[in-house]
Amino acid sequence: MKRSLLALGACALALSAAWPADAQKVFRYSTSGDVIGMDPHINNEGPTNTMKNNIYEGLVVRQPDLSVHPSLATEWSNPDPSTWRFKLRQGVKFHDGTPFTADDVVFSFARVNSEQSDMNTYVGTVKEVKKVDDYTVDFVTKGPDPILHQNLTLFYIMSKPWTEKNNSAKPVRGTSAEIYANRFTNGTGPFKLVERVPDTRTVLEPNKEWWGKPTHNLSRAEFKPIGNNATRVAALLSGEIDMMYPVPLQDIPKLNQTDGVKVMEGPELRTIFLGFDQARDELLYSNVKGKNPFKDVRVRRAFYQAVNIEEIKRVTMRNAATPTGLMVAPGIVGFDAEMNKRYPFDPEAAKKLLAEAGYPNGFEVQLDCPNDRYVNDEAICLAVVPMLARIGVTVKLFAQTKGKHFDKIGLKENRNTSFYMLGWTPGTYDGHNPLYNLMIMKDKGSGSNNSGAYSNPKVEELTMKIAVETDQKKRLEMLKEAFRVHKEDFGHLPLHQQALAWGVRTDKVEKIVQRPQNDVDLRYVNMK
Amino acid sequence: MAAYIVRRLLQAVLVMLTVGLIAFAMFNYVGDPVFNLVGQDATAEDRERIRVSLGLDRPFYVQYARFIGNAVQGQFGTSYRVGMKVTTLLAERLPATLELVFAAAVISLFVGVPLGVYTGIHRYGLLSRAFLTFSLVGISLPTFLIGILLILVFSVILGWLPSFGRGQVVSLGWWSTGFLTKSGLRSLVLPAVTLGLFQTTLIMRLVRAEMLEVLRTDYIKFARARGLSERTINFGHALKNTMVPVITIMGLQIGGLIAFAIITETVFQWPGMGLLFLQAIQYADIPVMSCYLILVALMFVLINLAVDLLYYAVDPRLRADRAAVAGRSV
Repeated sequence: MKRSLLALGACALALSAAWPADAQKVFRYSTSGDVIGMDPHINNEGPTNTMKNNIYEGLVVRQPDLSVHPSLATEWSNPDPSTWRFKLRQGVKFHDGTPFTADDVVFSFARVNSEQSDMNTYVGTVKEVKKVDDYTVDFVTKGPDPILHQNLTLFYIMSKPWTEKNNSAKPVRGTSAEIYANRFTNGTGPFKLVERVPDTRTVLEPNKEWWGKPTHNLSRAEFKPIGNNATRVAALLSGEIDMMYPVPLQDIPKLNQTDGVKVMEGPELRTIFLGFDQARDELLYSNVKGKNPFKDVRVRRAFYQAVNIEEIKRVTMRNAATPTGLMVAPGIVGFDAEMNKRYPFDPEAAKKLLAEAGYPNGFEVQLDCPNDRYVNDEAICLAVVPMLARIGVTVKLFAQTKGKHFDKIGLKENRNTSFYMLGWTPGTYDGHNPLYNLMIMKDKGSGSNNSGAYSNPKVEELTMKIAVETDQKKRLEMLKEAFRVHKEDFGHLPLHQQALAWGVRTDKVEKIVQRPQNDVDLRYVNMK
Repeated sequence: MAAYIVRRLLQAVLVMLTVGLIAFAMFNYVGDPVFNLVGQDATAEDRERIRVSLGLDRPFYVQYARFIGNAVQGQFGTSYRVGMKVTTLLAERLPATLELVFAAAVISLFVGVPLGVYTGIHRYGLLSRAFLTFSLVGISLPTFLIGILLILVFSVILGWLPSFGRGQVVSLGWWSTGFLTKSGLRSLVLPAVTLGLFQTTLIMRLVRAEMLEVLRTDYIKFARARGLSERTINFGHALKNTMVPVITIMGLQIGGLIAFAIITETVFQWPGMGLLFLQAIQYADIPVMSCYLILVALMFVLINLAVDLLYYAVDPRLRADRAAVAGRSV
């Protein structure tokens, strides 16, 4: 027994010695959490979508500059306003060798549209997908959808035979389901899944049969999540990993001073803002009775001008933020640099505005804030409290964990807030998305995250028009107009886009492209 | 004796049921799992549909009853976060935690006992004072700080040991072990020391106190008078008599080690049950949380039972006083 154990040990040692350590171009990277499952049609979560994007492909792909390019489709056209016709790429094979055809697209559409899927939002406007021939499909939309191609980057194509063979024809979540496609993969993408140990490592290797020309030079990529910030920094410093994100703000200077390590910073797509309850006739959490001060644009403006955004940027965010005047970040369709300028910080003017509105001595209001969702979210709210105190407004801060916070300010508790913090990334990279979700209260489904029930007829009218305008130029003008009206109406109080910070070992990594989505696309990683 | 064990096992079931009930009552306060399950663009109807499909719209006691009903049939559900069976997940993580706890317990015994003996014999020695001062650090510093300090020194500055993970593991059936590979053993050092430090200092101080007590007793004086060597007296007679409380405390501390492992595993990204549990809390992953809590309750009960039985074996006097034993609780 003892001997056999010894032999086993020796075997294992030999095996571990034979393990290809750094012989090839191995890229090891880390972030705070693991991806949640490999099924391309269940969970809709940023980092998970990115990992799946290495393995699976959509008809179109989003490049690092956020523009949309052909992927499994080579070209597309609109035979009529409600139809998108895609020509499919020929000669593409899934990782298991089965060829890719229109049947897989039709099948994947049915699958992503099934009840349990959370990825169905990206094809929400599509009525049906019709196979025209083996390499042509028609997407018929419920009405004109000018930005369908923007959304299809996250509609991943699975192999029909493989998925059916492995009893995964429907994505399943729930208390008694465990689905094959959530642990194993079979895509057409540039990388294949080699090994997956949840919460420990996900190992990918290049797909040698990939149809495209690789822009990376990797022979292996290892994703190893590390939850603890300090440990993740230590692992980068000791060279056990080559890249990690996010870098905690306080560690940025230290990493930059270390040889062979550099921090890459850039603005994220998420915009952090504060919002006001503008619907109720009396605020839920305030000492003002019988009326709602936030219905008065002067009060909203006073709050805006009382917030010293540069101070928040410098002290709270340690410069890792880009103050914003708009509700969308650069790169989002509808963004306009000129309009992004903020109204000036001016507490005196703010005081005057409050007095004009009938609150010379200010009032009391509660601010709802998450404390584990955005970078320094609670600290930002804490900074806002004394700023508003200067104009006489007493803010009671109520900060809690994200799940509870979003329940409270969301539809679950019927927008149970008077003044709140929220952050938003337009999932479609298009300005219509925040307009529809945050800034209107029009049709069913709109305003789902409009926690203050902000409603402006002009913005609403424009938003509904934008949704169906297929002339991209006209559409862009309307987007900008809607943002302008909202800005002048002080509908929300935009704060900033938080910066993303990646720690990279420059002695190992030749080139890596930082995308504002804050995730790693292995297609653009090159090792030395 | 058999009746006693059966009675304790029945109590164990009761404890587990109670822990489960309290756990389910508290799940309402960890946040809404549906928020984590869907993206920001999901509609209210989508959210409601998922809530209903997971049974989260029901009151907690109904959820609890359903959980127990399934558990009796061996169904513990699927993790919301990773989409795997909870039993599979826990079985995958169990070896990592048990190996870590085992290594920490070994360290604390093999370092703590000799140090305790040494400081007990050389009460006023310079080295003894140094050990005692050092032990204060072990008792007073929080685990995560010790872990980070060790990582800083041994991974970042010296570069000797890995800072996270479990290294390469070898599968022996369903059990995955890190004991058989170099990287596995290297990865084990820092977490095991971090986890074992508190227990080491505890045992050291315990052994020291017991030694001081025993060394004053008459039979040690007689042993000296008989001209026995110091070595025989200290280890053959004195230490033996200090071991009874040490074994007891050690047994009970194993439960504590499993509990403390949560923090150590988080610092070192050790893929054990503690890390799984912590991530489950952050994600409001109810199936994993409930299963883990009940499993840990079971372990505590079993360890206590084992300790009680050891008492029987070691100390004959206790057999006469059964009531006192049965009445002892954690």
